[in-house]
Amino acid sequence: MNIAAAAAGSQDLWYVSRASGLTLLIMFSAVIVLGVASRLGSAPRRWPRLVFPEVHRTLALFSVAFLALHVLTAILDPFVSIGWAATVVPFASGYRTLAIGLGTLAVDLGGAVIITSLVRRRLGFRTWRAVHWLAYLAWPVAFVHSLTAGNDLGIWWVALIEWGCAAAVATAVLARILESVRHPGPAGQPGASFDRITPPKKALR
Amino acid sequence: MRAPRSVQYSSRPASQPSPDRLPRLLPAGFAAGPGSLADHLARYGPAPPGGLTGPRRAALIKEVERSGLTGRGGAGFPTARKLAAVAAGHDPVVVANGTEGEPASAKDKILLARSPHLVLDGVALAAELVGARQAVIVVHPAVREIIDEAIAERHRARADPIRIRVVTAADRFVAGEASAVVHWIERGIPTPTAIPPRLSARGLGGKPTLVQNVETLAHLALIGRYGASWFRSAGTTAEPGTMLVTVLGAVREPCVHEIAIGTPVGQILSTAGGASAPLQALLIGGYFGRWVDAAAAAAAPFSSAGLAPLGASVGAGLIAALPANACGLAETARVARYLADESAGQCGPCLFGLDAVAGEVQRLAEGRTSDLAMLHRWLGQVNGRGACSHPDGAVRLISSALAVFATELDQHAQGWCCGSAKAAVLPVPPRRPRCQA
Amino acid sequence: MPGLTLRVDPIACDGRGVCAEVLPELISLDDWGFPIIRAGTVPDHLQGEAREALRICPKLALRLDRKN
Repeated sequence: MNIAAAAAGSQDLWYVSRASGLTLLIMFSAVIVLGVASRLGSAPRRWPRLVFPEVHRTLALFSVAFLALHVLTAILDPFVSIGWAATVVPFASGYRTLAIGLGTLAVDLGGAVIITSLVRRRLGFRTWRAVHWLAYLAWPVAFVHSLTAGNDLGIWWVALIEWGCAAAVATAVLARILESVRHPGPAGQPGASFDRITPPKKALR
Repeated sequence: MRAPRSVQYSSRPASQPSPDRLPRLLPAGFAAGPGSLADHLARYGPAPPGGLTGPRRAALIKEVERSGLTGRGGAGFPTARKLAAVAAGHDPVVVANGTEGEPASAKDKILLARSPHLVLDGVALAAELVGARQAVIVVHPAVREIIDEAIAERHRARADPIRIRVVTAADRFVAGEASAVVHWIERGIPTPTAIPPRLSARGLGGKPTLVQNVETLAHLALIGRYGASWFRSAGTTAEPGTMLVTVLGAVREPCVHEIAIGTPVGQILSTAGGASAPLQALLIGGYFGRWVDAAAAAAAPFSSAGLAPLGASVGAGLIAALPANACGLAETARVARYLADESAGQCGPCLFGLDAVAGEVQRLAEGRTSDLAMLHRWLGQVNGRGACSHPDGAVRLISSALAVFATELDQHAQGWCCGSAKAAVLPVPPRRPRCQA
Repeated sequence: MPGLTLRVDPIACDGRGVCAEVLPELISLDDWGFPIIRAGTVPDHLQGEAREALRICPKLALRLDRKN
């Protein structure tokens, strides 16, 4: 699409921004669901085990393209003044400061998750995982942004998509929490049956 | 291989251990409790002076190398090599390992209870040799008080240049493994950790760490006083020195004895009062050791070279005598279940594999239908695939049981067993209830 | 000529089994889903797949060691 020609029809820019935003929400939600499904090993037995983790990764990287589209069209739109700073600095937008700011925050958090995942072998497993859990924070931030930054909730199918995504992610998060409760302790720690450990008498270093 | 010199047991306390005279490590007359520091110095003479410089340290490590001292914790690693590796590091730490997670073994507890000062001399000397300013000794709760008192006494007498910290050992089988000891001291979790990095490079607090069994350190203390030639005057040329052996099972006087390495197994049984019943098999080394046929083993020298033709090795110095009226498969099944329960649960092949194997061995012991081919397959899959040698030890024990008790296997398959003994021979702690996962 | 050896950290490994799909020539799964790695160095034509296995392991439990 020719950006200059699109800029002339600024309504188009706004539509693209909203549409890509909604698509992003669907993709981000799918990424979270796939991430949890990978962790729980819930793929059908016949499927190769690498399907969920690889689709999770590919979809996440692909959504960066949609994110660029979403952010660029919003910034370039002449009817709202958001400003380039607001792409990375939260709450720097003049227009709907809080709502846009939440979007920026989600991008910052998601960006950290993606970048650390790209270099995770260099970081080591524990650091990578600690940052990766920020995804569970990024999603609700992005979700509230999607509710407040656009005006489209009145459209029935937009509302359906929004709450559908929320339901999917809530289910995934619940499943992940149940898994932690049932099988506590990360790998590298003894299993749950390794009990009755007598602690040493003195405090350790 | 030179035959070990004949040894005499002295009837009065020696003022200093000498060739031909055992025991070296334990006070003569086992009724004695831990002696005071003064008694200890009267018996063994003064400890070698501290404040060693670099060249003197290297020379002493060379002396330890000449002595041929190897680890007495079960792995038998050359002590001098460990000392040199840790000494090369910066700001090392010494850890004396008296955990003795093996339930059937008592030698480390007895040594710490009877000769605490000898062990502590060894800790201080090891610290000198590697240039450590910190030392920790990990001991079984039963001897904690004795060690605390011994250290307090040494502190008052300013016997050691460094302070030795005491930590009570965890009550787990794998807790005695070297990296598990370090993990226990550091974080209160007695499980082995991944290697690399090696403990001699990065261990306790990230520093180069020397982990030695307490018996090894006791021998070290004596080498420091009397030299390598004295140490080599007992034992064999390839495996010099003495070692502590726990003898239990169907013997009249189960106890801990100090023997010259290479002493025939039958003679060791005699020093334990001899067999209390006709024997069918011996478990040699520990619960990670091997079963051997009793008749075949009687003449074998108790050394790794002497036991090698039987497929066994000295391990942690344990001989358990199985009487003919006991069932070797039932004993093995109980120990296998214990070993499976004691898995740290960190590595899948150990956690799941040992559990499956223990279940199958139990079926064999009970004479139920079982799949011997699958058991062998599992033993092959489990071996060598954990982070520590716990699964390897269990595989070794069970494989040897399947070989030595082959006739019993056939009998059980046909539905009968000639074992009639009511009491279990091998001590296994009561099974802990598993946490609800 | 030093070769590369594929190793698994048995503590980090959770038995997810993704590695065995990427590199079936060298990695098979035991009866409990944990990887058994064929002994020896990694053949040259499989080094790409080996690095892929390192990347794809969810627990980062695989290592390629240079052995001499």
